[in-house]
Amino acid sequence: MTDEKKKERPKLIPYRVPMPEQDPKARGANFKEVATGYTVEEALKEAERCIKCARPQCIKGCPVQVPIKEFIELLQEQDFQGAINKIKETNILPAVCGRVCPQEDQCEKVCVIGRKVEPVAIGRLERFAADWEREHGQKAEVVVAPPTGKKVAIVGSGPSGVTCASDLARLGHKVTMFEALHEPGGVLLYGIPEFRLPKDIVKEEIDALTDLGVDIVTNAVVGKLMTVDDLLERDGYDAVFIGTGAGLPNFMGIEGENLNGVYSANEFLTRANLMKAYDFPNVDTPVKVGAKVVVVGGGNVAMDAVRTALRLGAGEASIIYRRSEEELPARVEEVHHAKDEGIRFEMLTSPTGVVGEDGWVTALRCIRMELGEPDDSGRRRPIPIEGSELDVPADIVIMAIGTGANPLVPQSTKDLELNRWGYIVADEKTGRTTREGVYAGGDIVTGSATVILAMGAGRDSAAAIHRYIMGEPEEELAEDVSSEGLKQA
Amino acid sequence: MATKILEKRLIRDPDVFYFKLDAPHIARAANPGQFVIVRLHDSGERIPLSLADINPEEGTISLIIMSVGKTSAEFVSMNEGDTIRDLCGPLGQPTHINKLGKVIVVGGGFGVAPLFPIARGFKRAGNQVIAIMGARSEDLLIYEKEMGTVCDEVLVTTDDGSKGIKGVVTIALERELEKGDTDLVIAVGPAIMMKFVAFTTKSFNVKTMVSLNPIMVDGSGMCGACRVSVGGKTRFACTDGPDFDGHEVDWDLLMSRQRMYLSEEKESFDAWKARHQHMLVEPS
Repeated sequence: MTDEKKKERPKLIPYRVPMPEQDPKARGANFKEVATGYTVEEALKEAERCIKCARPQCIKGCPVQVPIKEFIELLQEQDFQGAINKIKETNILPAVCGRVCPQEDQCEKVCVIGRKVEPVAIGRLERFAADWEREHGQKAEVVVAPPTGKKVAIVGSGPSGVTCASDLARLGHKVTMFEALHEPGGVLLYGIPEFRLPKDIVKEEIDALTDLGVDIVTNAVVGKLMTVDDLLERDGYDAVFIGTGAGLPNFMGIEGENLNGVYSANEFLTRANLMKAYDFPNVDTPVKVGAKVVVVGGGNVAMDAVRTALRLGAGEASIIYRRSEEELPARVEEVHHAKDEGIRFEMLTSPTGVVGEDGWVTALRCIRMELGEPDDSGRRRPIPIEGSELDVPADIVIMAIGTGANPLVPQSTKDLELNRWGYIVADEKTGRTTREGVYAGGDIVTGSATVILAMGAGRDSAAAIHRYIMGEPEEELAEDVSSEGLKQA
Repeated sequence: MATKILEKRLIRDPDVFYFKLDAPHIARAANPGQFVIVRLHDSGERIPLSLADINPEEGTISLIIMSVGKTSAEFVSMNEGDTIRDLCGPLGQPTHINKLGKVIVVGGGFGVAPLFPIARGFKRAGNQVIAIMGARSEDLLIYEKEMGTVCDEVLVTTDDGSKGIKGVVTIALERELEKGDTDLVIAVGPAIMMKFVAFTTKSFNVKTMVSLNPIMVDGSGMCGACRVSVGGKTRFACTDGPDFDGHEVDWDLLMSRQRMYLSEEKESFDAWKARHQHMLVEPS
């Protein structure tokens, strides 16, 4: 290598600009956002760390292929409006994704400089661009294609439904979105707490849909108020997109699980977030938080629940997880935040029963575990240690051990093939189901996954629905999308 | 979308009211035994309420509300022309209605209201329908006349003997069951009443369906607040029910879970009463 070439190689800046955060002590007592976001100076400094690779890998790590290199380049040029416009070419919810995407497993995981030093903080920069626009930006003129006269129903107003609705509305279709709860937003609203995703941001994204002419019908439980068949055959919709998520909470099936004081994470978070129970009795919905709160599970939802409990006044809030810290499925950042806030982590501990008195939980009966050989998931299998039973005192127990498919829509729709877990069988590229005119995407197809994957699925389905209702040829449509067909593919 | 109150009627002085709501879509889809979730205003809680009537031609549904806590007190303080912030339904599985022969429907307190469309359904399906309605005393009895229009016979029991048979509903029920021709018993009302109805029918080996009323939040299977134990299995009353086999229900668990927020309910009601003395109807 010549000296000249050496000079051309960009100098790597080893460390990322830290994300400013609220003081851990202070934030444990409020619901304000934990990470407060980069300033302009911090964003510019972090953007400088991007070396603008000739062959960027980051975009390949993004489920919706945000043009990352290009938007960071625009940030470097201090063209903030240009940067956000660039992101929005493929991602309609950048303020959401910049906050809740697991970037460390996606774009940042494959960032080229990440092989040598810390990867570029892509998520933080995405959030900066989105927040800059919310505060300073020009509201982009809404461009909607001339009306096509076609009607599409979207079932569910979470990330996949919102994305699908937005794309279809822009293409000139009349879109109606049905939401079971009294406010649209799905998991962004009832599940993810304010301190991680401020609800004003969700509201703005929903308002943007209304600006596009999307009709939103709340309190509409499809499968009960009307079926998918009604929508297609009676109400004149040309296509239906099902994005109902994986909303059915799992319980462990252990003794005492129905005692008072035992919640699903869904119920606990819905009371706290959607129903605003933190403001009881100014609002009418209460939530119980005792001196000792124990959350079972190690995912992001478990972290959300335990940190919410802390903010609601729990004296001591703990995570109980049956594997070790290394296997925690939650984002590293969330685990880190939880620890800073004083959350206790009881690793290698698995519940075997709930102990109670007079109908109320008093303790979680557990057994200690050790790690054995790797299981199907590739993670080392936890094995109970004989004779290691212990009772963990608890006033409130929250089960955050995952969710399943809600059967209301799948079971009330004719000719819709489901897999053995009750999720809808749909083509990976188009979301097309076994029922003509019905598409599905997000968690109701994949099982619990991420916001960004659901958005990607909503976008793919929107493109496929557009081709279907406009009578345009669709190669994938020729394929057999039944589970047999998918297996062969 | 807000829902308009079309009609309000005092059913039993001073605290039980009939409300007819403008809800054409729900009326079109609803069947006897289903329920709705109501949220009165932006800071309101979501509460499940059984449908007391369904009129698809008119596009209306009806609810019977007794003022027992903050939300119900607020509800009965609303008037014709007022709007309810959120109304969601129909929810739950409809009561399974078919022709069996003789069906006894048992109701207690203001729980008799949802029995009306159920009794009518069984009558229309060609069954002999007998209603047993219980109350503490004659003046606390509601809906007797209405039930008479859809049942072959209405038997009333009162604790103090002021009307009908003196005693609780199970006394009248036992007398009917002794005839040996009952095919099905349906009970709707307070958990304790349903528990004793199921206990009574068990010895006669007569199938008994009950409509469970646990605390709910979303009502669509998303939260699990309404979990009940039936036949040793955990079920969600909102999506698997509300109707279950009364002989299989863990009644003590249901009643314990119904009391989970007693102190908060009192706190909330007391705070409201302090602010709204003038609107309050005191239960007799």
